[in-house]
Amino acid sequence: MGTADVEAVWRIESARIVAALTRFTGDFGLAEDAAQEAVAEALVSWPLAAPANPAGWLMATARRRAIDAIRRRTALQDRYALLAADSTADSAVDEEIDPDRIDDDVLALMFVSCHPVLSPEARVALTLRVVGGLSSEEIARAFLVPVPTVQARITRGKKTIAAAGVPFELPPAAERRERLGGVLSVLYVIFTEGSTATSGDRLLRPDVAYEAIRLARTLAALQPDEPEVHGLLALCELTAARFPARTGPDGSPVLLDEQDRRRWDFSAIRRGLAALARASARGLGPYGLQAAIAAVHASAPSVEATDWDRIVVLYEALGRVAPSPVVELNRAVAVAMASGPEQALAIVDELIAADRLPGSHLVPTVRGELLARLGRRPEARAELELAARLCANQRERSVLLRKAAALS
Amino acid sequence: MSKYLLIMRGTDESNAALMADIEELMARTHRFIEETVKAGVLLAAEGLDDPAQGVVVDFSGETPVVTDGPYGETKELFGGFFLLDVASKEEAVEWAKRVPAAPGSKIEIRRVPGSDEVPQVGE
Repeated sequence: MGTADVEAVWRIESARIVAALTRFTGDFGLAEDAAQEAVAEALVSWPLAAPANPAGWLMATARRRAIDAIRRRTALQDRYALLAADSTADSAVDEEIDPDRIDDDVLALMFVSCHPVLSPEARVALTLRVVGGLSSEEIARAFLVPVPTVQARITRGKKTIAAAGVPFELPPAAERRERLGGVLSVLYVIFTEGSTATSGDRLLRPDVAYEAIRLARTLAALQPDEPEVHGLLALCELTAARFPARTGPDGSPVLLDEQDRRRWDFSAIRRGLAALARASARGLGPYGLQAAIAAVHASAPSVEATDWDRIVVLYEALGRVAPSPVVELNRAVAVAMASGPEQALAIVDELIAADRLPGSHLVPTVRGELLARLGRRPEARAELELAARLCANQRERSVLLRKAAALS
Repeated sequence: MSKYLLIMRGTDESNAALMADIEELMARTHRFIEETVKAGVLLAAEGLDDPAQGVVVDFSGETPVVTDGPYGETKELFGGFFLLDVASKEEAVEWAKRVPAAPGSKIEIRRVPGSDEVPQVGE
């Protein structure tokens, strides 16, 4: 077995191993360290002699490392505690994972990794590492940061969890909905990093988006009665369905009105629509509404034949349940398509007057497009040039500059 | 990340061995499907009817010719599939090792290219 084979088994087993060990040791950091030691050992020993049952080998080895760590720790503290920990640890950690319990434990692992005491960066890193089974190197590549930065975030995150005494359990009913929202927003941040890379020279990083979709599917399987989980999954599937058409042969962005819709991933659209139907059970939340907007696009044969009135209505609903200047800006774009640029410009100018999106390249981008449609070319050009100066993604910037130049 | 099709290829003997304990087969298949769903990798799965019940439409001649019965002379016949969305070929292989199967059967693993791999004009 080679490195890639070890990583493949690890991908499948990591969340369950860390979850089971955290349950038995009560110590998230210790469980994660022990699991990492086991996979490090596997990388050395499996290429020489592959185990008959790789998953069982990983679990058994991680369990032994966890017990070693408890022994070392208790030896420093209290001889009696050592005996107690020894007997409970040995008898409680079975070779096999308890199938009745493991789903709740994996879910608890997601809640701990996305706990509000953690910094947003630590939540993302821990979720990808312990739930997704990614290495620090893979996470660093995904977020375009140095490997030591990722390692530091994970180490600090584990210390924060321990210091705050975060229990390994599902959040109490009263906090459940809010904490689930926290998990969803971490998955959404990961997805967004892949679907609109905030920096770097590539517009899309589908591998990063894939990790979010995979985690959202897991969450949807573990929390099937939560509409917003299906809403987020639908949003991710429907957005990712357009990836194949979103970049040209040279990697430059292709905007919605120029996309070859035959390149859209129709099985992803079908999965997205199915998830949206499940999200609609009790009225749509913010993710469900965004998914519903994506679904209108996915079902339209062209930009002209898109039901823009419905999109305006959906943005109005989204603005009520999750008010934000970005939603307002998107509503303006939809209004421009449904009723013309004049009305849309009024919405954008209100946003500017209230200074609700300072420093964002999106406001001048939209304003420039609207002015261009109104025939106010010099003003449009100035706005697009301003947008290009504010934009951090090189690919998007060159599109803005090209559009500005076309107006002179 | 890629999609892979796990194509189940069984012989008469291996199919008979699987069908001998249909309860056991259903329980194991259910477990496998549940695991792949919870891992976020399962996109589709189906099992096929007896190959003898199949029909072949042959385009060798000028007009399509329809014949009853199994496809070709091969000993191992396509009996079902799992479509997985996984991080690597190695992960597809690892899942394939966990598929409920009987001695004598085989699983062929084929990558499903994305529509972004279809060459665009200008490439």
